[in-house]
Amino acid sequence: MESSILTLLIFLPVAGALLMLPFAKLYGKENPHIYKWIALVTTSLQLVLAWVLYSNFNPAMSIAESPFTVQLDWITHFNIQYYLGVDGLSMPMVLLTALLSCICIIASWNIEKQALGYFSLFLLLDAGMMGVFLSMDFFLFYIFWEVMLLPMYFLIGIWGGPQRMYAAIKFFLYTLFGSVFMLLAMLALYYYSDPHTFSLITLIQTAGSIDAEIWGMSVKYLIWISLFIGFAIKVPVFPFHTWLPLAHVEAPTAISVILAGVLLKMGTYGLLRISYPLLPSEVVNFSYILAVLGVINIIWGAVNAIAQIDMKKMVAYSSVSHMGYVLLGMAAVVSESPEGAQAGLNGALMQMFNHGTITAMLFLLVGMIYERAHHRWIIFPQDYKQPELAGQIAFGGIGAKVPVYTAFIAMAFFAGLGLPAMSGFISEAMCFIGGFSVFRTLTIIGTLGILLNAIYFLRAYQRIFLGPLNEVYKDLTDITGRELITIIPLAIIVLWFGVYPAPLLNMIAPAMDGIIQIVQSVI
Amino acid sequence: MMDNSNLTLALLNLFLPLLSFSILILFGKKIGDKAHLVSLVLIGGMLAIAIRFFSNVFHYGAEPILETSIQWFTTGKFSVDLGFLINNVAAIMLLVVALISFLVHLYSVEYMKDDPRYSRYFAFLGIFTFSMNGIVLADSLVMMYIFWELVGLSSYLLIGFWFEKESAANASKKAFLTNRVGDIGMFIGIMILFFEIGSFQISGLIEGVQNGAFSGDMTLLTIAGVLVFMGAVGKSAQFPLHIWLPDAMEGPTPVSALIHAATMVAAGVYMVVRIFPILTPDALEIIAYVGGITALIAAIIAITQNDIKRVLAYSTVSQLGYMIMALGVGAYQAGFFHLTTHAMFKACLFLCSGSVIHAMHHALHELKDHDTDPQDMRNMGGLRDKMPITFWAMFISTLAISGVPFFSGFLSKDAVLAGSLSYYHHHHGWSLFLPIAGFGAAVITAFYMFRLIFMTFFGNSQNKDIYSHVHESPFKMTFPLILLATLSFAIFFTLPSTINPFDSHGWFTHAVPMVENVAGLNMHEVEEGLHHAHHSAMMISLAVAGIGILMAILFYLSKSIDAKKVANTLNKVKLYNLSFNKFYIDEIYNILLYKPFLAFSWLCSKLDWDLYDQKFIDGWGWITIKLSDKSGEADYNWLDQKIVDGCGRLTQYFGRNLKLTQNGVVQNYLLGGIMGLLLLIIIFQQF
Amino acid sequence: MDSLQSYLTIAAMLFSMGIYGVVTRKNAIAILMGIELILNSANINFIAFNRFGGMQNLDGHVFSIFVIVLAAAEAAVALAIVINLFKNVGSVDVDDADLLKG
Repeated sequence: MESSILTLLIFLPVAGALLMLPFAKLYGKENPHIYKWIALVTTSLQLVLAWVLYSNFNPAMSIAESPFTVQLDWITHFNIQYYLGVDGLSMPMVLLTALLSCICIIASWNIEKQALGYFSLFLLLDAGMMGVFLSMDFFLFYIFWEVMLLPMYFLIGIWGGPQRMYAAIKFFLYTLFGSVFMLLAMLALYYYSDPHTFSLITLIQTAGSIDAEIWGMSVKYLIWISLFIGFAIKVPVFPFHTWLPLAHVEAPTAISVILAGVLLKMGTYGLLRISYPLLPSEVVNFSYILAVLGVINIIWGAVNAIAQIDMKKMVAYSSVSHMGYVLLGMAAVVSESPEGAQAGLNGALMQMFNHGTITAMLFLLVGMIYERAHHRWIIFPQDYKQPELAGQIAFGGIGAKVPVYTAFIAMAFFAGLGLPAMSGFISEAMCFIGGFSVFRTLTIIGTLGILLNAIYFLRAYQRIFLGPLNEVYKDLTDITGRELITIIPLAIIVLWFGVYPAPLLNMIAPAMDGIIQIVQSVI
Repeated sequence: MMDNSNLTLALLNLFLPLLSFSILILFGKKIGDKAHLVSLVLIGGMLAIAIRFFSNVFHYGAEPILETSIQWFTTGKFSVDLGFLINNVAAIMLLVVALISFLVHLYSVEYMKDDPRYSRYFAFLGIFTFSMNGIVLADSLVMMYIFWELVGLSSYLLIGFWFEKESAANASKKAFLTNRVGDIGMFIGIMILFFEIGSFQISGLIEGVQNGAFSGDMTLLTIAGVLVFMGAVGKSAQFPLHIWLPDAMEGPTPVSALIHAATMVAAGVYMVVRIFPILTPDALEIIAYVGGITALIAAIIAITQNDIKRVLAYSTVSQLGYMIMALGVGAYQAGFFHLTTHAMFKACLFLCSGSVIHAMHHALHELKDHDTDPQDMRNMGGLRDKMPITFWAMFISTLAISGVPFFSGFLSKDAVLAGSLSYYHHHHGWSLFLPIAGFGAAVITAFYMFRLIFMTFFGNSQNKDIYSHVHESPFKMTFPLILLATLSFAIFFTLPSTINPFDSHGWFTHAVPMVENVAGLNMHEVEEGLHHAHHSAMMISLAVAGIGILMAILFYLSKSIDAKKVANTLNKVKLYNLSFNKFYIDEIYNILLYKPFLAFSWLCSKLDWDLYDQKFIDGWGWITIKLSDKSGEADYNWLDQKIVDGCGRLTQYFGRNLKLTQNGVVQNYLLGGIMGLLLLIIIFQQF
Repeated sequence: MDSLQSYLTIAAMLFSMGIYGVVTRKNAIAILMGIELILNSANINFIAFNRFGGMQNLDGHVFSIFVIVLAAAEAAVALAIVINLFKNVGSVDVDDADLLKG
C-alpha cells in the first residue's frame, strides 16, 4: 500500500479520464453530468490519497529512507528509472495540487461546451502536475513536465476567452522554448555524470564533480543557465513573464487557478529540486542575480498591477510580484546567518504554497463576478464596445449588494497584500527576513512591495465594491452554495496557516535544511 | 499559580473582543439590532479584566505583572515567539483602551441606531479592540507589527464604514496606504534589530543593546531606531505622514473618538515608549523634531478649519506631536502621561462633537434639509442652552486640552513643555525650535479650542430653524461624556499623593518611573533637567494658555476683533490660505508623488505589455514567422518547384515528344526494332 | 556454290524482303505474306546449318517442319483476325486499326 500510493496519486486521474471513454460511447457527448461526476470522484479520491500520504508522512526521512519511494527500472539501456518519492519539498506541492484540482472541478461545474474533452484533459493535466512533483528521475520529470503542457494548451485554446488561440499558442511556445533548454541540461547532466544516470538523488553526489568545459565555459555553468531559463519561464521570472497575464486572462477560471496556483510553482520547485542540490556552487555564484530578479519581480509585477484595468490581469501581475518573494527567499540560501538562510528558504517554499491558495481564491472570486456580470473590467477600456462607457468605473458600490461575496474577496485581497493573520504575511515576511540577511539594500528596495501590493488591491477594492451602487448591478446575486464550497476550504487554509503556520513549517523544514546544507557546503 | 491566572486573564482580555467580532460577523444577520448586547457583555468583561490588571499598578513595582511567551513557529534556527509583557505602562494602556472602547460601544448604541449595518459596526469595533489589545500586550516587535497591521485593517474598515460615500472610501484607502509607508520602515527596522541582536523580544533587544550588540556601530542602531519609529510616524499621524488622520474623520464619530483620538493613534507613541530604552540620543533627536514640527503645523492648520471634527482631528495630530516630542527629548514619563490624559479628554471632545453632530443631523433630518453640512461649525452657535450636558462636558475637556490648571491636560502638557525646555538648556542651538514649537502650539491650541467652543455653543444661532430642532442626546450618549469629562480633572491623576493642582506627583508618576536608556542617553541628566525646567515651564504655559483663550474671547465671543479682517490681512502674504489648505501638503503629495506614480505605473504597463510583450517578445514570433515564410518560400519555389518538379517536367517533356513515336503503327515499331537490331549488330561488329 | 555462305545469303535476302514487306505494306494480307517470307528464310537457315554441320542429326529439319506447322496455324489465326478486322473496320488496311492509339 505504502509504495503504491504515489503511483496511484499520479495515475488515478488517468484512470478517471479513461473511464470517461466508455461513457462517451454510451451516453454520447450530450450529457455533461456524468463526466463532471467522474472527474469529481477521481479528484476527491486523489485528495483523500494525498491526505493519507500527508498523515503518514515523516518529514525527517529522506527520499531514500521513505517507505513511499518507488524505484523500478524502466529503460535499462539508458538507466532511466520509474523513480517516485516524496519529501518535505514536494509534500506541500502534492497537497496543493490535489486540493486545487478538486476545487477546480467544482468550479468548472458550469462547463457545458464539450464536457468530455474538458474534464478528461483536466484529469490528464492533473496527472502531469502530480507526476512532476513526485518524480525523482529527471527523465520522468521531463516527461510529466511535457505531458502537462498539452492539455493546458487545449484547455486554454478551446475553453478560453476571445483571444484564446493567441494565448494558448503563446503559452505553449514560450513554455516549450524553456523545455528545450531543460532537455539540453538534462542530457548534459546525463552524459557528463559518471555513471550516466537520470536519478536526481544520485546526481546530487555525482553532478558536483563535473568539470568539463565547452567553448571555454564550464559545463556546470551552462547546465545551470539552461535549467534556469527552463524554470524561469515557468515561474515566471522577469523578463520571461509576459506569457502569464495573457494566459491567465484568456484561460477559463479553473484553468487560471491551476496555472497560477500550481504551474507557476513548478518553476521554483524545479529550481529547488534540481538546480539547487545538483549545482550548489553555481547557486552560490548566481544568488545575487537571483535576488535582483526577485526584487525586480516584486516591484515590476506590483507596479504593473497598479495600472491594470482588468481584474484578472491585475491578479495575474500580482502573481508575478508574489513569485518575486519566492525568488528573494530562495536567494537567501547563501546567507551566513543560519537564521537568515532558514527563514529565506522556508519562507520561499511557504510562499509557494500560500500564494497557491491565495491566488486560487482570487481567481475563483474574479471568475464568479465574471459569470454574473459577463465582464471583469475595473474601468472600461478606452476602446470599449459601448463608447459612452469607455473610461468609466465598471462596477462600483456592489459591496452593499453582495455582502458575503465582498467579505470573501476582501479577505482574499487583504491576504494578497500580506495582512498579518493571513498566511501570505508570514511567508512574505520570512522571505524578506531571509533576503535581508544577505542582500540588505536589495531587500529594502523589495520591501516597497509591501506598499505597492496594497495600492492596487485597495484601489481595485474601492472601485469595485465601495462608493455609490452602480444601478446596472442592483440585481446582482450573492455567492451560491457551490461557490462557497470552492472558497471556504481555501479561506480556512489561508487563515489557519496565517495564525498557526507551525504544521506547514514542520513539514518542510527538514527538507529545506538538507538543501541549505548542500549549498552551504560549497561556500 | 498567580502567574497562571494572570495569563488566563491576559488571554481573555485579548480574545474577548475577537469573540465579539466572530459572533457578530457570523451571526450578525440573526442578531440584528441586538448586536450591541453581545459586544457590551464581552467588552464589559474585558473592561473588568483591564481594571483587575490596573489594580496591580498601585504596587508600584518595576517588575512586570506578566511576562511570558511561547514559540509560534520555528524552522530550527529561526523561530518566532509570541507573548505578553504586561508592566505598569501596559496595564495603564490596557485600561485606557478598555474603558474608552466600552464607553464608545455604549455611545454607539444610540449613535448608530437604525444603521443598516448595525451588527457589522459592532463587529468591526470588536476586531479593532482585539488588535489594539494585541499591540498593548505584545512582548515582541513582531507581535506588535502583526497587531499593528490588524489595527490598520480595522481602521480601514471603520473609516470606510459608510462606504457608499466616495469620500469615506477614499479616506479609508488613504489611511491604510499612508500607514503602510510607515510600516515598511518599521519592518526594515525590525529586521536590522533582529540580525544585529538576534531577537524580536523587546526585553531581548534591550538586553542585547546593553550587552553591546551595537557597540561599534551606534549609527546603525540610530538608523534602526528611526526606521522602527517610522511605524509610529504613520500610525500616530506624525509629519510628514499625518495626512490620513483628518480624512479619517469620514468614519462614524464614535470611531473617531476611539481609534483616531484615544487609542490607535496613540499606539505609535506607546510603541516608542516600549522601545524607548534602545533609542539612541541621535534617534531621539530626530523623533523630537518630528514631534515638534507636527505639533506646530497641525495646530496652525486647526485654526482655520470649519468642520468641527477636522478641528479636533488636527488638534489630535498636534497633541500626538507633543507626546512624540516628549519622548524625543527624553521626557519618557511626560510623553506617556500626556497620552493617558489626552485619551480621556480627546475621546470626550470627539464624543461631544458626535453628540452635536447627532443633534444637528436629526434637526436637519426633521427639516428635510440635505444640503446643510451638520458638521460645519458655521451652521451651529448658541447650542449651549439646548445641549447643556454636552456643552459642559466639552467645555471641561477643552479646558483640559488648553492646559488650564485643575485639569489633567495642564499637568501632562506642562511636563512635556518642561522636557522641551530642559532639552534646549542642554543642547542649545537649533533645539530652541522645540520649546518654541511646544509653547507656540500651546497658544494656538487654547485659541482654536475656544474658537470651537464659542462658535458651537455661544453666540447666536446662525439658523433658527435648525436651532429649534436641536435636542440634547439621550443618556446612553451623555453618560460616557460625563464620565470622561470627570476623568479630565487633574485630581484623578495625582491621587493619592496630592491634591495640589500644580503638582503632578501621584500614582501615575510612581507607576511609570523613569526607565534606563541603554543606548547612551543619560536619564539622570534628563530627569534633573526636567526638575529644573519645571517651574519656568509652568509659568510660561500658564501665560500662553491665557493668551490663547483671551484671543479666542476677543475674536469669537466679544467679537471685538473682526476675525475676517485679520484673516484678510494675513492673507496678503497668503498665510490664511496656507493654513486653510493645510499647507498644501495633500496637494503636494498628490502632484509630486501619487499622480506621477500612477502615471509611472501606467507607463510601465504600456512598456511591459504594448512594447515589451507585443513588440519584443512577439517580435521573436514575427521574426520566426517571417523566417519560416522565407524558408518556406525557398523550399517551395526552389527546391520543390524548380528541382523536384523540374525532374517531373523533364520526364513529361520527353514523354510528350516520345509519345509521337507511339503512334500505333506496328510497322513503325517493327522498323524501329529492326533499325535497333541493325545498330546493335553494327556496334557489336566494332568490338 | 555449294557453300553455307550462299544459303545464308539467299535467306538474308528473303528475310530482308519479308521485313520490307511487313514494314511498308498497308494491306494486312501483304504483311502476312511478308511474315511467311521471314519464316521461310529462317527455315532455309535451319536446313543449311543442318546440312553443313552446325546442328546434330535432323534437328534443323525438325525445326523447319515445326516452323511450317506454326506458319500454317499462324496464317489461319491471322486470317481470321483479318476477316474480323474487315468486318469491324471495313478495310484490311492496318492503319485503320488504330483503336489503341492514345
